[in-house]
Amino acid sequence: MFLQLKNVTKTYPGVVALDNVSLDIIEGEVHALVGENGAGKSTLIKTCTGAITPDKGTVVIQGKEFTALTPKLSVQNGVGVIYQEFNLVDELSVAENIFLGRAKRKGLVIDRGAMEQEAAKIFEQFEINIDPKRLVGELTVGYQQLVEIAKAISQNAKMLIMDEPSAPLTQTEVEALYAMVEKLKASGVTIVYISHRMDEIFRLSDRVTVLRDGQKIETLNTADTDLDKLVTLMVGRELTETYPKRNSSVSDEVLLKADRISGEIVDNVSLEIRKGEVLGLAGLIGSGRTELAEILFGFKPKTDGQITLNGREINPKQPKEAIQEGIALVPEDRKRLGALLDLTIKDNITVSILERISKFFTVDTKEEQKVADYYKEAIRIKTPNLEQKIKNLSGGNQQKVIIARWLATKPDLVIFDEPTRGIDVGAKSEIYTLVNELVTSGKAILMISSEMEEVMGMSDRIIVLHEGKVTGELERKDFSQEKIMNFASTN
Amino acid sequence: MKNISTLNIAGGNAAAFARQYGIFIVLLILVIFFTIVSENFLVSNNLLNIARQVSMMGIAAVGFSFVLLLGGIDLSIGSVITLVNIVAAYLMVNADWHPAFAVIAALLLSAAIGFSNGWIISNIRMPPIIVTLAMLIIIEGVAYLISGGLPIFGFTKSFAVIGQGYVGPIPVPVIIMAVVMGLGGFILKKTYFGRYFYAVGGNEEAAKLSGIDVNRVKYLVYTLSGFFAGIAGIVILSRTNSGQVLSGKGFEFDVLTACVLGGVSVTGGVGKISNVLAGVLILGVLSNGLVLMDISQFVQMVIKGSVLMIAVALDCLQHRKAS
Repeated sequence: MFLQLKNVTKTYPGVVALDNVSLDIIEGEVHALVGENGAGKSTLIKTCTGAITPDKGTVVIQGKEFTALTPKLSVQNGVGVIYQEFNLVDELSVAENIFLGRAKRKGLVIDRGAMEQEAAKIFEQFEINIDPKRLVGELTVGYQQLVEIAKAISQNAKMLIMDEPSAPLTQTEVEALYAMVEKLKASGVTIVYISHRMDEIFRLSDRVTVLRDGQKIETLNTADTDLDKLVTLMVGRELTETYPKRNSSVSDEVLLKADRISGEIVDNVSLEIRKGEVLGLAGLIGSGRTELAEILFGFKPKTDGQITLNGREINPKQPKEAIQEGIALVPEDRKRLGALLDLTIKDNITVSILERISKFFTVDTKEEQKVADYYKEAIRIKTPNLEQKIKNLSGGNQQKVIIARWLATKPDLVIFDEPTRGIDVGAKSEIYTLVNELVTSGKAILMISSEMEEVMGMSDRIIVLHEGKVTGELERKDFSQEKIMNFASTN
Repeated sequence: MKNISTLNIAGGNAAAFARQYGIFIVLLILVIFFTIVSENFLVSNNLLNIARQVSMMGIAAVGFSFVLLLGGIDLSIGSVITLVNIVAAYLMVNADWHPAFAVIAALLLSAAIGFSNGWIISNIRMPPIIVTLAMLIIIEGVAYLISGGLPIFGFTKSFAVIGQGYVGPIPVPVIIMAVVMGLGGFILKKTYFGRYFYAVGGNEEAAKLSGIDVNRVKYLVYTLSGFFAGIAGIVILSRTNSGQVLSGKGFEFDVLTACVLGGVSVTGGVGKISNVLAGVLILGVLSNGLVLMDISQFVQMVIKGSVLMIAVALDCLQHRKAS
């Protein structure tokens, strides 16, 4: 037994995040942790690392029992974490990052050589091909993650908690990550692996624990279970099809026409979106998908080209103008660009329509309440209270609040940028249903997604970008993963 | 997750209560303290005196807390007060303007200075602390140029009403402060642009993406900061009956202290006018009490500086705890 949680309970105002959870992590195993957003996974991780102290219960690491574990103690006892957001300094070298705060010194001078040697040794052990002298900022996300792992190993981590490690990675990088996990396991490191992706759980883990509503539902041997069983345990009910069918058809009427648009990364892109259509935008990270969306939305400047909406040329200089024209953008980076974290859920829903519901500069608070209540029901935002701060919600519910904000502006075109990233199965399917409702009511959707299945499952048509240019367009009958990948990587 | 809001009321609310009303408790403790150590403190004359003394600070604190809400700062307000003093005095005395026109011109000037701050900050993307510091020096220089460093006095009697008059027992400056603070509270709570202050101060990029014209919000906030400082300047001019180049010196420091004491976060996004009023009163009570206790001005400086340091420290600690 490497780590045990004994009867851990943690409550936050209004919610029980963990409810009397006990859990055993066996030494040397890969233990997957699954559950919907808000199931208590993050709180569980924070309990293991000492980032929070539970109200009740204890953490036992290698036989030592802790009632008040601190981050420092957990590191000393061999617990390492790879968070979704890396703790790396772009301007420092790989070796310096690995030894950040523990720099090796010769007298008063930092001993770069020794740090680089040490780092190289770790890389060699795990067959990682990184030059310790390179700046972290020059590395791809996948390699940065490996640096994080090396950092944890250099601190003698015996157990690594990995929080959705595959989420930011490309397909090739994901393969490298899996290989890394297997090497770590072979060298005796215990791994707790949190993920929303079912395929990797079955591929990597020995055992899997399902959390739901702050409670531990069950720990299973991965080999003895299957996808349906796991999903049912997570959601607590049977899920219908992943990508619900639409019974509406795309209209012939063009809503938005982009003609030879150029800007940051985006190079001479033309496309049309029709009313009632979901247009998928595929491509690798850095292919200009997000930038194209931000140009259409007036968030990034357009250097060339013409945008026509409803037959009229528009030229939004800032999002405010795009919104007035009937465009909405649900951004990719929810924390940085979406949620106003210090404001309430209600404020977050209504922020984009405040001006519209004001008379003599004064907000009509009754109308505001009505709108917030309506969307809380309509898209099932799970909260006891709209006056709560949005940061207290789970990721999936935060995303719903952001979507509510945009629906309240009554847009004709909704651009979704990675709408289901980091969101659990249940919330995902609700968002898909919502997308279907929107197109059925005649709105148009531009959907950016890195998940092949999602973009193929949801779109009527897919446009593929590569290095800022359109490299291919596919009708629904022609969709295939290979075709999209080919377009996405052509030169 | 389960909803247990009923269970959690006791624990959650004690902290929330302290955050919300702690400042009023501090004020109460100060009042009790000075009542005990000085028999001249808790008398109606002295209390009205305190109210009149703090009213200029209270007026300027409204605009200043808007700026802090945005995550900015406006160091130029002290100089704005000085310039408003000199310009209004000059227009009334040297140019023989009617006081009403002189006041209007001076207020327009203060708003224009604020607007310039906002324009430079949002369009050139300079840090607010540098922009307003440079502005402080520039307009202080202009005030010296206009006045030659000498006081300007000799106003018509009617002008003195603003700073020295009473309505019943209440001094006019206190009434002006009440109106300005009421307006400030209304802007923050009821108007859409007031609500934008919190959004922009909390996360500027997200606010912009939500359709808020961030630049316009900044123009407005810095303009209001200049304008309210201008009103404070007029009250000061009327109280002292003489336009002086030192009249606003260091004013920004007192106002900053009052705002932070009143719980306006220096990192933006958090703050309420009612608590700012408490902050203003604490500073006023402290100054008045220390004078009554006959404590030297230099010791007072040490105390006031420490108060600012502690207030900001508490704000920062709270932020660290929250994250």
